[in-house]
Amino acid sequence: MTEISKEEVKHIADLAKLPLSDEETGKLAVELSDTISHINILSKLNLKIKNLSETSQISGLRDIFREDVIDSKRILPQKEALSNCKNTHGGYFVVKRILG
Amino acid sequence: MQFEPIIGLEVHVELKTKSKMFCGCPADHFGREPNSNTCPVCLGLPGALPVPNKKAVEWCIMLGLALNCRVNEDSYFERKNYFYPDLPKGYQISQYAKPFCVNGSIVILGTSRARTPESKGADAGVAQHDEGQGRGKTIRINRVHMEEDTGKLLHSDQIPNYQGPKDVSLVDFNRSGVPLVEIVTEPDFKSTEEVVDYLKKLQLIVRYLGISDADMEKGSMRLEPTINLKVTESVSLSRSEITSEGVMPGDPALPAGRSSIDSGQGVLSAQARMTDEGQNYWKRKEVSYTPLVEIKNINSFKFVKQALEYEIKRQSEEFLKTREQKKAGNKATMGYNEAKKMTVLQRSKEEAHDYRYFPEPDVPPMHFTKSQISNLKSQIPELPEAKVVRYIRDWSIKETEAVIIVENKNLAAYFETAAAEALQKDYPVSKLSGVLVNKRLDFANLNPKDLVQKLVQEKEQETLKHEELAEVCREAVEQNERAVSEYQNGKKESLQFLVGQVMKISRGRAEPQLAASVLKDLLK
Repeated sequence: MTEISKEEVKHIADLAKLPLSDEETGKLAVELSDTISHINILSKLNLKIKNLSETSQISGLRDIFREDVIDSKRILPQKEALSNCKNTHGGYFVVKRILG
Repeated sequence: MQFEPIIGLEVHVELKTKSKMFCGCPADHFGREPNSNTCPVCLGLPGALPVPNKKAVEWCIMLGLALNCRVNEDSYFERKNYFYPDLPKGYQISQYAKPFCVNGSIVILGTSRARTPESKGADAGVAQHDEGQGRGKTIRINRVHMEEDTGKLLHSDQIPNYQGPKDVSLVDFNRSGVPLVEIVTEPDFKSTEEVVDYLKKLQLIVRYLGISDADMEKGSMRLEPTINLKVTESVSLSRSEITSEGVMPGDPALPAGRSSIDSGQGVLSAQARMTDEGQNYWKRKEVSYTPLVEIKNINSFKFVKQALEYEIKRQSEEFLKTREQKKAGNKATMGYNEAKKMTVLQRSKEEAHDYRYFPEPDVPPMHFTKSQISNLKSQIPELPEAKVVRYIRDWSIKETEAVIIVENKNLAAYFETAAAEALQKDYPVSKLSGVLVNKRLDFANLNPKDLVQKLVQEKEQETLKHEELAEVCREAVEQNERAVSEYQNGKKESLQFLVGQVMKISRGRAEPQLAASVLKDLLK
């Protein structure tokens, strides 16, 4: 059983900017521990997987590039680019002040 | 107590591709209407799929090759996760475990012999040239990797006539997704001069490759130095320390060169040494390191020098006060305030950044064959350093002049065309370089051919003047037989009289010293 501590959950929640109550933190610690333990079953299987290297790609695709050309068809008009933003000013997205 | 700066550099260079890194929006964002060059990909809208720009990848690899890096044949992009309003996806597509290029080097404060592409042919000539001089210092390049630029954050006070709510920042995503190359050095710099020379060299290489304007003012080249100090002090050993070392004062079996351990972490044990006076007590060297400081927002070479000099002073004073040493978690980020000429704390990093890098699932991995890599290598034009070596070798021009000429790509091109012309017209290239460097002629409006033509004419006129002078001198000699015989009988002052006559005949146009030497020759 892999144990994920409440501190680790808090750290992850901080990184994800999730405000968690103490109760939620406790609950998630248990659930995350369960999930990781479950995945860990794989390492106990005496299959050939030990000889396999881990991968992040199963599509088999590689070397997908595009040529350096401007595609103006996909450019959004300024108004549309800003359309989902709560606060705008003079064509800018407005957010809470950063720094200073 | 001795303080020695240890400096490493991260440099970001925006590539001047036509389109952005992962989408077809225009990469040129300078002076555009805010948020007018965006699409679902660079705005990070759900479902958008990034596709890497082939040209940007090739340029990044070319830069790596120009910096003597090894290219990772297998490479991929990764997600660097953090939240900041200029980063619409909540992560930046960057590289971490497998950057395109690693383990390079660049020679500063001089030219390298060994690394010049044509070094085999060049060696003999150059070796002669640098005989006896220490040539340059090698700075190791850790990596050259590819990533995407972030959006641009402005603060409300930077917007003219801003009337909206205060305490806000404004975001422009035109820059979001512009191809960005990051060049990271090892902490190999020991002075601000070394840093500035490296930056100039790097900027020049980038410009010769034609992959970026590397313009500091426009932000297409950005610098982030990290600096701390190595502090060395001599501390007297206590008696117990000495005996525990197993050596007593005056012991003839003095362990003169006991190796020290340089772990970079806190106090280090060191060598025991006798003092100069030969007194019977021992000193050991204690080495410690001040906390790391990363400096952001520097937009000129002048300011990088100022900021680093300020930090060197600040860190040494801080160390004397607090004796705080570098440890995990006390690295700070400072900004440079140009007006106040000081660094300002932006954030002290209580915990190390946790970016949770993982391979970007939306962009398949890349493989580069040896022939692709050598093909890119063959596209690298002759770089400034190689040009300097060649100019000196082939045309015997002064190194200082060669360096000045290559500092400007256009001037170097002009010089090379003019040099070819000069060779044809039998005009010395070493004189031509002097004309260009000293801007003796206004050549901005002259094509190289016409410039050489003008120089050749000038030279012919000069010789003519010389012949004219000889003629006048002969005249003076013929008209003043007495002075001539006096001079020939040993009366040296008579020469001055003859020079005076030359001046008279030429109505002051002759140069007295030149006239004197011509007269001497005539009267031999």
